[in-house]
Amino acid sequence: MSITNARVSELEELCRKFRVDVLTAIHGIQSGHPGGSLSVCEIMTLLMQERMNLQRPDDPARDRLVLSKGHAAPMLYRNLIEKGFLPADCMGSLRRIDSLLQGHPSVHTPGVEIPAGPLGLGLSAAQGMAIALRAQGHTSRVWAILGDGELDEGCIWEAAMSAPKFGLNNLCAIVDWNGVQLDGTNDEVMPLGDLAAKWAAFGWNVIECGGHDIAALDAAMDAAEAYVNGPSVILAKTVKGKGVSFMEGKAAWHGKAIDAESFAAAMKELGGAAE
Amino acid sequence: MKAIREVYGEALVELAKDNDKILVLDADLSGSTKSGMFGKAYPERFFNMGIAESNMVATAAGMASCGMIPFVNTFAVFLTTLGLISARGQVCYGNLNVKFGGAYCGMSDAFDGSTHHACEDIAVMRTLPNMRVLVPSDTASSKALTRVAAELEGPVYLRLSRDVYPDLYSEDEVFEPGKGKIVRDGTDVTVVACGILVHKALEAAEKLAEEGISVRVVDMLSIKPIDRELLVRCAEETGCIVSAEEHSIYGGLGSAVAEALADAGVPVPMQFVGIQDVFTESGPYAQLLAKYGIDAEGVAVAVRKALSKKK
Ligand SMILES: Cc1ncc(C[n+]2csc(CCOP(=O)(O)OP(=O)(O)O)c2C)c(N)n1
Ligand SMILES: [Mg+2]
Repeated sequence: MSITNARVSELEELCRKFRVDVLTAIHGIQSGHPGGSLSVCEIMTLLMQERMNLQRPDDPARDRLVLSKGHAAPMLYRNLIEKGFLPADCMGSLRRIDSLLQGHPSVHTPGVEIPAGPLGLGLSAAQGMAIALRAQGHTSRVWAILGDGELDEGCIWEAAMSAPKFGLNNLCAIVDWNGVQLDGTNDEVMPLGDLAAKWAAFGWNVIECGGHDIAALDAAMDAAEAYVNGPSVILAKTVKGKGVSFMEGKAAWHGKAIDAESFAAAMKELGGAAE
Repeated sequence: MKAIREVYGEALVELAKDNDKILVLDADLSGSTKSGMFGKAYPERFFNMGIAESNMVATAAGMASCGMIPFVNTFAVFLTTLGLISARGQVCYGNLNVKFGGAYCGMSDAFDGSTHHACEDIAVMRTLPNMRVLVPSDTASSKALTRVAAELEGPVYLRLSRDVYPDLYSEDEVFEPGKGKIVRDGTDVTVVACGILVHKALEAAEKLAEEGISVRVVDMLSIKPIDRELLVRCAEETGCIVSAEEHSIYGGLGSAVAEALADAGVPVPMQFVGIQDVFTESGPYAQLLAKYGIDAEGVAVAVRKALSKKK
Protein backbone atom coordinates (compact mmCIF):
# COMPACT_ATOMS: atom_id res chain seq x y z
CA MET A 1 0.00 0.00 0.00
CA SER A 2 2.69 2.44 -1.01
CA ILE A 3 2.11 6.14 -1.36
CA THR A 4 1.54 7.45 -4.90
CA ASN A 5 3.98 9.77 -6.63
CA ALA A 6 1.22 12.33 -7.01
CA ARG A 7 0.58 12.35 -3.25
CA VAL A 8 4.31 12.59 -2.54
CA SER A 9 4.42 15.70 -4.75
CA GLU A 10 1.50 17.23 -2.89
CA LEU A 11 3.16 16.60 0.45
CA GLU A 12 6.44 18.02 -0.83
CA GLU A 13 4.65 21.20 -1.78
CA LEU A 14 2.99 21.31 1.62
CA CYS A 15 6.42 20.96 3.24
CA ARG A 16 7.74 23.87 1.19
CA LYS A 17 4.84 26.03 2.37
CA PHE A 18 5.26 24.91 5.96
CA ARG A 19 8.95 25.83 5.86
CA VAL A 20 8.06 29.30 4.61
CA ASP A 21 5.40 29.82 7.27
CA VAL A 22 7.54 28.49 10.11
CA LEU A 23 10.52 30.67 9.21
CA THR A 24 8.23 33.66 8.74
CA ALA A 25 6.87 33.23 12.26
CA ILE A 26 10.34 32.71 13.79
CA HIS A 27 11.63 35.74 11.92
CA GLY A 28 8.62 37.81 12.98
CA ILE A 29 9.23 37.35 16.69
CA GLN A 30 13.03 37.25 16.33
CA SER A 31 13.22 34.15 18.49
CA GLY A 32 12.89 30.39 18.04
CA HIS A 33 14.59 27.34 16.56
CA PRO A 34 14.93 27.28 12.77
CA GLY A 35 17.33 24.31 12.43
CA GLY A 36 15.38 21.58 14.20
CA SER A 37 12.02 22.81 12.89
CA LEU A 38 13.21 22.47 9.31
CA SER A 39 14.84 19.06 9.77
CA VAL A 40 11.68 17.47 11.16
CA CYS A 41 9.39 18.86 8.43
CA GLU A 42 8.87 15.79 6.23
CA ILE A 43 8.66 13.38 9.18
CA MET A 44 5.98 15.37 10.91
CA THR A 45 4.04 16.40 7.82
CA LEU A 46 3.84 12.85 6.47
CA LEU A 47 2.61 11.58 9.82
CA MET A 48 0.07 14.28 10.53
CA GLN A 49 -1.25 15.07 7.06
CA GLU A 50 -1.19 11.58 5.63
CA ARG A 51 -0.76 8.64 7.93
CA MET A 52 -2.16 9.29 11.36
CA ASN A 53 -5.73 8.71 12.37
CA LEU A 54 -6.21 12.25 13.57
CA GLN A 55 -9.66 13.59 12.76
CA ARG A 56 -10.39 15.35 16.03
CA PRO A 57 -8.03 16.39 18.84
CA ASP A 58 -10.38 14.87 21.43
CA ASP A 59 -11.08 11.52 19.77
CA PRO A 60 -9.97 8.94 22.35
CA ALA A 61 -9.05 6.51 19.58
CA ARG A 62 -6.81 8.96 17.71
CA ASP A 63 -3.17 8.18 17.02
CA ARG A 64 -0.81 10.18 19.23
CA LEU A 65 2.19 12.25 18.23
CA VAL A 66 4.68 13.20 20.94
CA LEU A 67 7.10 15.89 19.86
CA SER A 68 9.77 15.11 22.41
CA LYS A 69 12.16 17.65 20.86
CA GLY A 70 9.71 20.38 21.82
CA HIS A 71 11.76 23.23 20.40
CA ALA A 72 10.47 22.25 16.93
CA ALA A 73 7.03 23.41 18.10
CA PRO A 74 6.47 25.84 15.19
CA MET A 75 6.43 22.94 12.72
CA LEU A 76 3.91 21.16 14.95
CA TYR A 77 1.73 24.28 15.10
CA ARG A 78 1.79 24.69 11.32
CA ASN A 79 0.70 21.08 10.96
CA LEU A 80 -2.08 21.58 13.51
CA ILE A 81 -3.32 24.59 11.54
CA GLU A 82 -3.46 22.42 8.41
CA LYS A 83 -5.50 19.88 10.36
CA GLY A 84 -7.94 22.66 11.24
CA PHE A 85 -7.25 22.33 14.97
CA LEU A 86 -5.88 25.87 15.22
CA PRO A 87 -7.01 29.17 13.62
CA ALA A 88 -5.49 29.60 10.16
CA ASP A 89 -4.04 33.00 11.00
CA CYS A 90 -2.38 32.20 14.33
CA MET A 91 1.23 31.54 13.26
CA GLY A 92 2.10 35.22 13.70
CA SER A 93 1.33 35.00 17.40
CA LEU A 94 4.17 32.52 17.96
CA ARG A 95 6.01 33.21 21.24
CA ARG A 96 4.14 36.47 21.82
CA ILE A 97 2.50 37.30 25.11
CA ASP A 98 -0.99 35.79 25.66
CA SER A 99 -0.45 33.51 22.68
CA LEU A 100 -1.91 30.10 21.95
CA LEU A 101 1.48 29.23 20.49
CA GLN A 102 4.00 28.92 23.31
CA GLY A 103 7.71 28.66 22.67
CA HIS A 104 7.49 25.00 23.59
CA PRO A 105 4.39 22.78 23.30
CA SER A 106 1.78 23.42 25.96
CA VAL A 107 -1.54 21.63 26.36
CA HIS A 108 -3.32 24.97 26.14
CA THR A 109 -2.87 24.48 22.40
CA PRO A 110 -5.50 22.18 20.85
CA GLY A 111 -3.82 19.15 19.34
CA VAL A 112 -0.77 19.18 21.60
CA GLU A 113 -0.81 15.83 23.39
CA ILE A 114 1.60 16.56 26.21
CA PRO A 115 3.91 19.39 27.23
CA ALA A 116 7.48 19.30 25.95
CA GLY A 117 10.59 21.43 26.32
CA PRO A 118 12.78 19.65 28.83
CA LEU A 119 14.46 17.14 26.52
CA GLY A 120 14.56 13.43 27.22
CA LEU A 121 11.07 12.81 28.56
CA GLY A 122 8.97 12.25 25.45
CA LEU A 123 9.75 8.61 24.79
CA SER A 124 8.67 7.67 28.30
CA ALA A 125 5.44 9.65 27.92
CA ALA A 126 4.82 7.98 24.56
CA GLN A 127 5.38 4.63 26.22
CA GLY A 128 2.76 5.52 28.83
CA MET A 129 0.30 6.45 26.09
CA ALA A 130 1.00 3.19 24.26
CA ILE A 131 0.36 1.18 27.41
CA ALA A 132 -2.84 3.10 28.22
CA LEU A 133 -4.24 2.91 24.69
CA ARG A 134 -3.57 -0.81 24.52
CA ALA A 135 -5.28 -1.30 27.89
CA GLN A 136 -8.28 0.64 26.59
CA GLY A 137 -8.52 -1.70 23.61
CA HIS A 138 -7.66 0.97 21.04
CA THR A 139 -5.61 0.07 18.02
CA SER A 140 -4.15 3.59 18.00
CA ARG A 141 -0.45 4.08 17.37
CA VAL A 142 1.93 6.37 19.22
CA TRP A 143 4.74 8.16 17.39
CA ALA A 144 7.52 9.85 19.37
CA ILE A 145 9.83 12.26 17.58
CA LEU A 146 13.23 12.56 19.23
CA GLY A 147 16.26 14.72 18.52
CA ASP A 148 19.63 13.05 18.15
CA GLY A 149 21.22 15.32 20.75
CA GLU A 150 18.26 14.47 22.92
CA LEU A 151 19.50 10.88 22.94
CA ASP A 152 22.22 12.07 25.36
CA GLU A 153 19.59 12.03 28.09
CA GLY A 154 19.62 8.95 30.32
CA CYS A 155 15.84 8.84 30.50
CA ILE A 156 15.64 8.04 26.79
CA TRP A 157 17.60 4.87 27.41
CA GLU A 158 15.49 3.99 30.41
CA ALA A 159 12.47 4.05 28.10
CA ALA A 160 14.47 2.25 25.45
CA MET A 161 14.93 -0.54 27.95
CA SER A 162 11.35 -0.68 29.20
CA ALA A 163 9.30 -0.41 25.99
CA PRO A 164 10.51 -3.78 24.64
CA LYS A 165 9.78 -5.34 28.03
CA PHE A 166 6.15 -4.28 27.67
CA GLY A 167 6.02 -5.46 24.06
CA LEU A 168 4.76 -2.12 22.80
CA ASN A 169 4.25 -2.80 19.11
CA ASN A 170 1.96 0.24 18.95
CA LEU A 171 4.92 2.52 19.71
CA CYS A 172 7.37 3.91 17.18
CA ALA A 173 10.21 6.30 17.98
CA ILE A 174 11.58 8.43 15.15
CA VAL A 175 15.01 9.97 15.58
CA ASP A 176 15.51 13.20 13.65
CA TRP A 177 19.13 12.29 13.00
CA ASN A 178 20.52 15.60 11.75
CA GLY A 179 23.92 15.13 13.35
CA VAL A 180 23.86 18.50 15.09
CA GLN A 181 22.73 19.65 18.52
CA LEU A 182 23.18 23.00 20.28
CA ASP A 183 26.87 23.57 20.99
CA GLY A 184 27.99 21.71 17.86
CA THR A 185 27.77 18.39 16.05
CA ASN A 186 26.93 15.17 17.88
CA ASP A 187 30.55 14.15 17.42
CA GLU A 188 31.81 17.34 19.04
CA VAL A 189 29.36 17.36 21.93
CA MET A 190 28.65 13.69 22.58
CA PRO A 191 29.41 11.03 19.99
CA LEU A 192 26.43 8.71 19.54
CA GLY A 193 28.42 5.74 18.29
CA ASP A 194 26.60 3.00 16.42
CA LEU A 195 23.03 4.12 16.99
CA ALA A 196 21.41 1.28 15.07
CA ALA A 197 23.35 -1.29 17.08
CA LYS A 198 22.47 0.45 20.34
CA TRP A 199 18.71 0.44 19.70
CA ALA A 200 18.86 -3.11 18.42
CA ALA A 201 20.73 -4.22 21.53
CA PHE A 202 17.93 -2.72 23.63
CA GLY A 203 15.43 -4.87 21.75
CA TRP A 204 13.98 -2.48 19.18
CA ASN A 205 13.10 -3.12 15.56
CA VAL A 206 15.51 -0.69 13.87
CA ILE A 207 14.66 0.89 10.52
CA GLU A 208 16.95 3.37 8.79
CA CYS A 209 15.92 5.75 6.04
CA GLY A 210 16.38 9.20 4.56
CA GLY A 211 14.37 11.68 6.59
CA HIS A 212 13.52 14.12 3.79
CA ASP A 213 12.49 11.42 1.30
CA ILE A 214 8.74 11.11 1.77
CA ALA A 215 8.38 7.81 -0.07
CA ALA A 216 11.25 6.28 1.91
CA LEU A 217 9.83 7.60 5.17
CA ASP A 218 6.44 6.21 4.27
CA ALA A 219 7.92 2.77 3.60
CA ALA A 220 9.79 2.93 6.92
CA MET A 221 6.57 3.77 8.73
CA ASP A 222 4.82 0.88 6.97
CA ALA A 223 7.57 -1.42 8.20
CA ALA A 224 7.22 -0.09 11.74
CA GLU A 225 3.47 -0.68 11.70
CA ALA A 226 3.94 -4.18 10.31
CA TYR A 227 6.33 -5.22 13.09
CA VAL A 228 4.39 -6.95 15.86
CA ASN A 229 7.04 -8.22 18.27
CA GLY A 230 7.69 -4.91 20.05
CA PRO A 231 8.50 -1.25 19.46
CA SER A 232 10.20 0.09 16.36
CA VAL A 233 12.59 2.97 15.91
CA ILE A 234 13.12 4.82 12.66
CA LEU A 235 16.56 6.39 12.42
CA ALA A 236 15.78 9.11 9.90
CA LYS A 237 18.86 10.73 8.39
CA THR A 238 18.09 14.42 8.12
CA VAL A 239 19.84 17.74 7.62
CA LYS A 240 19.51 20.40 10.29
CA GLY A 241 18.11 23.56 8.67
CA LYS A 242 17.02 21.56 5.59
CA GLY A 243 15.79 23.69 2.72
CA VAL A 244 17.81 26.82 3.41
CA SER A 245 21.34 26.33 2.08
CA PHE A 246 23.15 28.56 4.55
CA MET A 247 21.39 27.03 7.55
CA GLU A 248 22.01 23.43 6.55
CA GLY A 249 24.18 21.48 8.97
CA LYS A 250 24.97 24.56 11.04
CA ALA A 251 24.69 24.47 14.85
CA ALA A 252 24.67 28.26 14.76
CA TRP A 253 21.13 28.12 13.33
CA HIS A 254 19.84 25.87 16.11
CA GLY A 255 18.21 28.67 18.03
CA LYS A 256 19.14 31.92 16.39
CA ALA A 257 16.88 34.83 15.51
CA ILE A 258 16.67 35.24 11.74
CA ASP A 259 17.96 38.64 10.63
CA ALA A 260 16.28 40.50 7.74
CA GLU A 261 18.95 39.68 5.19
CA SER A 262 19.04 35.97 6.00
CA PHE A 263 15.25 35.88 5.99
CA ALA A 264 15.07 37.42 2.53
CA ALA A 265 17.62 34.94 1.25
CA ALA A 266 15.74 32.03 2.82
CA MET A 267 12.46 33.14 1.27
CA LYS A 268 14.12 33.39 -2.10
CA GLU A 269 15.32 29.80 -1.83
CA LEU A 270 11.96 28.51 -0.60
CA GLY A 271 9.81 30.61 -2.91
CA GLY A 272 8.17 32.51 -0.06
CA ALA A 273 7.17 36.13 0.34
CA ALA A 274 9.96 38.28 1.74
CA GLU A 275 7.76 40.33 4.09
CA MET B 1 27.12 47.05 31.68
CA LYS B 2 27.22 43.50 30.40
CA ALA B 3 24.85 40.56 30.39
CA ILE B 4 25.23 38.71 33.68
CA ARG B 5 26.04 35.50 31.81
CA GLU B 6 29.00 37.19 30.05
CA VAL B 7 30.34 38.45 33.36
CA TYR B 8 30.05 34.96 34.79
CA GLY B 9 31.86 33.40 31.82
CA GLU B 10 34.69 35.89 32.17
CA ALA B 11 34.82 35.36 35.92
CA LEU B 12 35.29 31.61 35.45
CA VAL B 13 38.20 32.20 33.08
CA GLU B 14 39.72 34.67 35.53
CA LEU B 15 39.38 32.29 38.49
CA ALA B 16 41.05 29.45 36.67
CA LYS B 17 44.23 31.49 36.22
CA ASP B 18 45.34 31.08 39.80
CA ASN B 19 43.39 27.97 40.77
CA ASP B 20 44.10 24.83 38.83
CA LYS B 21 41.46 22.89 40.76
CA ILE B 22 38.67 24.66 38.91
CA LEU B 23 36.95 22.46 36.35
CA VAL B 24 33.91 23.47 34.31
CA LEU B 25 31.13 21.24 33.01
CA ASP B 26 28.18 22.04 30.77
CA ALA B 27 25.28 20.13 29.25
CA ASP B 28 25.23 21.29 25.61
CA LEU B 29 24.41 24.89 26.52
CA SER B 30 27.92 26.31 26.84
CA GLY B 31 27.20 28.90 24.16
CA SER B 32 24.24 30.14 26.19
CA THR B 33 25.55 29.86 29.76
CA LYS B 34 28.90 31.30 28.59
CA SER B 35 30.83 28.49 30.22
CA GLY B 36 32.07 28.06 26.66
CA MET B 37 34.39 31.01 27.29
CA PHE B 38 36.15 28.85 29.85
CA GLY B 39 36.09 25.95 27.39
CA LYS B 40 37.95 28.06 24.85
CA ALA B 41 40.55 29.26 27.36
CA TYR B 42 41.04 25.94 29.15
CA PRO B 43 39.88 23.12 26.85
CA GLU B 44 41.56 20.46 28.99
CA ARG B 45 39.61 21.55 32.06
CA PHE B 46 36.25 21.85 30.31
CA PHE B 47 33.79 18.97 29.92
CA ASN B 48 30.77 19.14 27.65
CA MET B 49 28.63 16.29 28.94
CA GLY B 50 25.97 16.50 26.24
CA ILE B 51 22.33 16.94 27.15
CA ALA B 52 22.72 14.89 30.31
CA GLU B 53 22.27 16.95 33.44
CA SER B 54 22.11 14.12 35.98
CA ASN B 55 25.29 12.65 34.56
CA MET B 56 26.92 16.08 34.69
CA VAL B 57 26.18 16.81 38.35
CA ALA B 58 27.04 13.30 39.53
CA THR B 59 30.31 13.49 37.58
CA ALA B 60 31.06 16.78 39.32
CA ALA B 61 30.36 15.10 42.67
CA GLY B 62 33.04 12.56 41.86
CA MET B 63 35.50 15.25 40.80
CA ALA B 64 34.87 17.15 44.02
CA SER B 65 35.38 14.02 46.10
CA CYS B 66 38.90 13.90 44.65
CA GLY B 67 39.66 17.48 45.64
CA MET B 68 38.69 19.41 42.51
CA ILE B 69 36.30 22.40 42.35
CA PRO B 70 33.82 21.71 39.57
CA PHE B 71 31.37 24.33 38.32
CA VAL B 72 28.32 22.74 36.68
CA ASN B 73 26.36 24.80 34.19
CA THR B 74 23.04 24.67 32.39
CA PHE B 75 19.72 26.48 32.55
CA ALA B 76 18.66 26.86 36.19
CA VAL B 77 15.42 25.00 35.52
CA PHE B 78 17.22 21.86 34.31
CA LEU B 79 20.03 22.10 36.87
CA THR B 80 17.59 22.15 39.77
CA THR B 81 15.36 19.38 38.40
CA LEU B 82 17.41 16.87 36.42
CA GLY B 83 20.50 17.75 38.42
CA LEU B 84 18.69 17.54 41.74
CA ILE B 85 19.06 13.85 42.48
CA SER B 86 22.82 14.17 42.71
CA ALA B 87 22.71 17.70 44.18
CA ARG B 88 20.80 16.31 47.12
CA GLY B 89 21.94 12.72 47.43
CA GLN B 90 25.62 13.15 46.67
CA VAL B 91 26.74 16.78 46.65
CA CYS B 92 24.88 18.14 49.67
CA TYR B 93 24.69 14.95 51.67
CA GLY B 94 28.41 14.48 51.10
CA ASN B 95 29.08 18.22 51.55
CA LEU B 96 31.04 18.17 48.32
CA ASN B 97 32.68 21.18 46.78
CA VAL B 98 30.45 21.51 43.71
CA LYS B 99 29.37 24.93 42.41
CA PHE B 100 26.08 25.21 40.54
CA GLY B 101 25.74 27.93 37.89
CA GLY B 102 22.00 28.26 37.36
CA ALA B 103 21.74 30.15 34.07
CA TYR B 104 18.73 31.96 32.59
CA CYS B 105 17.04 32.31 35.99
CA GLY B 106 13.47 33.45 36.49
CA MET B 107 11.81 34.38 33.21
CA SER B 108 15.00 35.70 31.61
CA ASP B 109 14.77 33.02 28.89
CA ALA B 110 11.56 34.84 28.12
CA PHE B 111 10.44 33.60 24.68
CA ASP B 112 11.13 29.91 25.35
CA GLY B 113 8.26 29.94 27.81
CA SER B 114 7.34 28.24 31.04
CA THR B 115 9.31 25.04 30.43
CA HIS B 116 12.49 27.12 30.37
CA HIS B 117 11.70 29.55 33.18
CA ALA B 118 13.19 28.84 36.59
CA CYS B 119 10.70 30.03 39.21
CA GLU B 120 11.24 27.33 41.83
CA ASP B 121 15.01 27.02 41.88
CA ILE B 122 15.64 29.12 45.00
CA ALA B 123 13.06 27.08 46.91
CA VAL B 124 14.51 23.79 45.76
CA MET B 125 18.14 24.63 46.44
CA ARG B 126 17.49 26.46 49.70
CA THR B 127 16.05 23.39 51.38
CA LEU B 128 19.15 21.28 50.82
CA PRO B 129 21.37 21.15 53.92
CA ASN B 130 24.91 22.48 53.27
CA MET B 131 23.84 24.38 50.13
CA ARG B 132 24.44 28.12 49.97
CA VAL B 133 22.29 30.25 47.64
CA LEU B 134 23.75 33.46 46.18
CA VAL B 135 22.00 35.86 43.79
CA PRO B 136 24.06 38.60 42.12
CA SER B 137 22.36 41.79 40.98
CA ASP B 138 24.90 43.50 38.73
CA THR B 139 28.26 43.14 37.05
CA ALA B 140 30.46 43.67 40.10
CA SER B 141 28.42 41.33 42.31
CA SER B 142 28.28 38.63 39.63
CA LYS B 143 32.02 38.68 39.30
CA ALA B 144 32.64 38.81 43.03
CA LEU B 145 30.11 36.15 43.99
CA THR B 146 31.53 33.74 41.41
CA ARG B 147 34.82 34.09 43.27
CA VAL B 148 33.09 33.78 46.65
CA ALA B 149 31.47 30.57 45.42
CA ALA B 150 34.82 29.15 44.40
CA GLU B 151 36.46 30.09 47.69
CA LEU B 152 33.70 28.79 49.97
CA GLU B 153 34.13 25.17 50.97
CA GLY B 154 31.08 23.09 50.01
CA PRO B 155 28.12 23.38 47.63
CA VAL B 156 26.98 26.77 46.33
CA TYR B 157 24.12 27.68 44.01
CA LEU B 158 24.63 30.84 41.96
CA ARG B 159 21.45 32.20 40.42
CA LEU B 160 22.39 33.87 37.15
CA SER B 161 20.40 35.88 34.63
CA ARG B 162 20.50 35.87 30.88
CA ASP B 163 19.84 39.58 31.00
CA VAL B 164 21.77 42.81 31.37
CA TYR B 165 21.43 44.54 34.76
CA PRO B 166 22.38 48.17 35.46
CA ASP B 167 25.45 48.62 37.65
CA LEU B 168 24.94 48.99 41.39
CA TYR B 169 28.34 48.43 42.94
CA SER B 170 31.89 49.48 42.29
CA GLU B 171 34.55 46.98 41.29
CA ASP B 172 36.09 46.97 44.78
CA GLU B 173 32.88 46.39 46.75
CA VAL B 174 33.21 43.42 49.11
CA PHE B 175 30.57 40.67 49.11
CA GLU B 176 30.26 38.04 51.79
CA PRO B 177 27.99 35.05 52.22
CA GLY B 178 25.27 35.84 54.74
CA LYS B 179 25.30 39.56 53.98
CA GLY B 180 22.72 41.70 52.23
CA LYS B 181 23.21 45.36 51.39
CA ILE B 182 21.10 48.46 51.81
CA VAL B 183 21.15 50.04 48.36
CA ARG B 184 18.72 52.85 49.19
CA ASP B 185 17.81 54.10 52.61
CA GLY B 186 14.24 54.82 53.70
CA THR B 187 12.06 54.86 56.78
CA ASP B 188 8.52 53.75 55.95
CA VAL B 189 8.99 50.30 54.47
CA THR B 190 11.80 47.96 53.43
CA VAL B 191 11.74 46.14 50.12
CA VAL B 192 13.98 43.08 50.36
CA ALA B 193 14.79 42.06 46.81
CA CYS B 194 17.19 39.95 44.80
CA GLY B 195 18.42 39.92 41.22
CA ILE B 196 16.47 42.03 38.73
CA LEU B 197 13.92 42.95 41.41
CA VAL B 198 16.53 45.07 43.19
CA HIS B 199 16.45 47.35 40.15
CA LYS B 200 12.67 47.26 39.94
CA ALA B 201 12.47 48.08 43.66
CA LEU B 202 14.78 51.08 43.21
CA GLU B 203 12.57 52.26 40.36
CA ALA B 204 9.49 51.86 42.54
CA ALA B 205 11.18 53.67 45.44
CA GLU B 206 11.86 56.62 43.17
CA LYS B 207 8.19 56.83 42.16
CA LEU B 208 6.89 56.28 45.68
CA ALA B 209 9.11 59.08 46.97
CA GLU B 210 6.95 61.41 44.87
CA GLU B 211 3.95 60.19 46.88
CA GLY B 212 5.86 60.93 50.07
CA ILE B 213 6.64 57.30 50.84
CA SER B 214 10.19 56.63 51.97
CA VAL B 215 11.32 53.19 50.79
CA ARG B 216 14.43 51.34 51.94
CA VAL B 217 15.74 48.80 49.46
CA VAL B 218 17.83 45.82 50.53
CA ASP B 219 19.71 43.72 48.01
CA MET B 220 19.68 40.23 49.55
CA LEU B 221 22.56 38.77 47.60
CA SER B 222 22.84 35.87 50.03
CA ILE B 223 19.54 34.04 50.42
CA LYS B 224 21.17 31.19 52.29
CA PRO B 225 22.61 31.92 54.72
CA ILE B 226 20.32 34.94 54.93
CA ASP B 227 21.28 38.22 56.59
CA ARG B 228 19.06 37.85 59.63
CA GLU B 229 20.61 40.73 61.53
CA LEU B 230 19.90 43.15 58.71
CA LEU B 231 16.35 41.86 58.31
CA VAL B 232 15.56 42.32 61.99
CA ARG B 233 16.98 45.82 61.93
CA CYS B 234 14.91 46.75 58.87
CA ALA B 235 11.74 45.28 60.37
CA GLU B 236 12.25 47.24 63.56
CA GLU B 237 13.21 50.48 61.85
CA THR B 238 10.65 50.55 59.03
CA GLY B 239 7.86 48.43 60.51
CA CYS B 240 6.86 46.55 57.39
CA ILE B 241 8.50 44.50 54.69
CA VAL B 242 7.94 43.69 51.04
CA SER B 243 9.86 40.82 49.48
CA ALA B 244 10.45 40.98 45.74
CA GLU B 245 11.84 38.22 43.58
CA GLU B 246 11.63 36.72 40.10
CA HIS B 247 10.51 33.43 41.60
CA SER B 248 7.44 31.76 43.04
CA ILE B 249 6.05 33.49 46.11
CA TYR B 250 6.41 30.08 47.76
CA GLY B 251 9.71 28.92 49.13
CA GLY B 252 12.02 31.61 47.80
CA LEU B 253 13.39 34.86 49.14
CA GLY B 254 10.05 35.96 50.62
CA SER B 255 9.69 32.73 52.55
CA ALA B 256 13.27 32.95 53.79
CA VAL B 257 12.64 36.52 55.01
CA ALA B 258 9.37 35.60 56.71
CA GLU B 259 10.96 32.58 58.39
CA ALA B 260 13.84 34.66 59.70
CA LEU B 261 11.59 37.42 61.07
CA ALA B 262 9.10 35.03 62.62
CA ASP B 263 11.89 33.09 64.26
CA ALA B 264 13.50 36.27 65.56
CA GLY B 265 10.19 37.27 67.13
CA VAL B 266 9.77 40.45 65.09
CA PRO B 267 6.93 39.65 62.73
CA VAL B 268 5.79 42.75 60.83
CA PRO B 269 3.20 43.19 58.06
CA MET B 270 4.65 41.65 54.93
CA GLN B 271 3.77 41.47 51.23
CA PHE B 272 5.23 39.08 48.69
CA VAL B 273 6.08 40.13 45.12
CA GLY B 274 6.74 37.13 42.89
CA ILE B 275 5.09 34.57 40.63
CA GLN B 276 1.68 33.85 42.17
CA ASP B 277 1.73 30.03 42.04
CA VAL B 278 1.06 29.85 38.30
CA PHE B 279 2.98 28.65 35.27
CA THR B 280 4.40 31.51 33.25
CA GLU B 281 4.43 31.81 29.45
CA SER B 282 6.32 33.00 26.37
CA GLY B 283 6.76 36.64 25.45
CA PRO B 284 9.11 39.62 25.51
CA TYR B 285 10.83 39.79 28.91
CA ALA B 286 9.57 43.22 29.94
CA GLN B 287 5.99 42.30 29.02
CA LEU B 288 6.24 39.11 31.05
CA LEU B 289 7.56 40.92 34.11
CA ALA B 290 4.68 43.36 33.83
CA LYS B 291 2.04 40.69 33.27
CA TYR B 292 3.15 38.68 36.28
CA GLY B 293 3.39 41.78 38.46
CA ILE B 294 7.09 41.60 39.16
CA ASP B 295 8.04 45.03 37.91
CA ALA B 296 8.26 48.44 39.58
CA GLU B 297 4.49 48.79 39.47
CA GLY B 298 4.04 45.43 41.20
CA VAL B 299 6.48 46.46 43.92
CA ALA B 300 4.69 49.80 44.37
CA VAL B 301 1.31 48.10 44.77
CA ALA B 302 2.77 45.74 47.37
CA VAL B 303 4.41 48.63 49.24
CA ARG B 304 1.10 50.51 49.54
CA LYS B 305 -0.60 47.34 50.75
CA ALA B 306 2.09 46.64 53.34
CA LEU B 307 1.89 50.23 54.57
CA SER B 308 -1.88 50.00 54.94
CA LYS B 309 -1.45 47.06 57.33
CA LYS B 310 1.15 48.80 59.43
CA LYS B 311 -0.13 50.11 62.75
C1 LIG C 1 16.72 18.81 29.59
C2 LIG C 1 17.11 19.85 28.62
N1 LIG C 1 18.41 20.24 28.57
C3 LIG C 1 18.77 21.20 27.71
C4 LIG C 1 17.88 21.79 26.88
C5 LIG C 1 18.30 22.92 25.94
N2 LIG C 1 18.28 22.48 24.56
C6 LIG C 1 17.22 22.75 23.75
S1 LIG C 1 17.40 22.12 22.23
C7 LIG C 1 18.94 21.51 22.59
C8 LIG C 1 19.70 20.76 21.54
C9 LIG C 1 18.88 19.66 20.97
O1 LIG C 1 19.55 18.97 19.98
P1 LIG C 1 18.79 17.86 19.16
O2 LIG C 1 18.10 16.94 20.09
O3 LIG C 1 19.77 17.24 18.24
O4 LIG C 1 17.67 18.67 18.40
P2 LIG C 1 17.60 19.15 16.87
O5 LIG C 1 18.95 19.01 16.27
O6 LIG C 1 16.62 18.24 16.23
O7 LIG C 1 17.14 20.55 16.91
C10 LIG C 1 19.27 21.81 23.91
C11 LIG C 1 20.54 21.42 24.55
C12 LIG C 1 16.54 21.36 26.96
N3 LIG C 1 15.57 21.90 26.21
N4 LIG C 1 16.20 20.38 27.83
MG1 LIG D 1 20.06 17.23 16.21
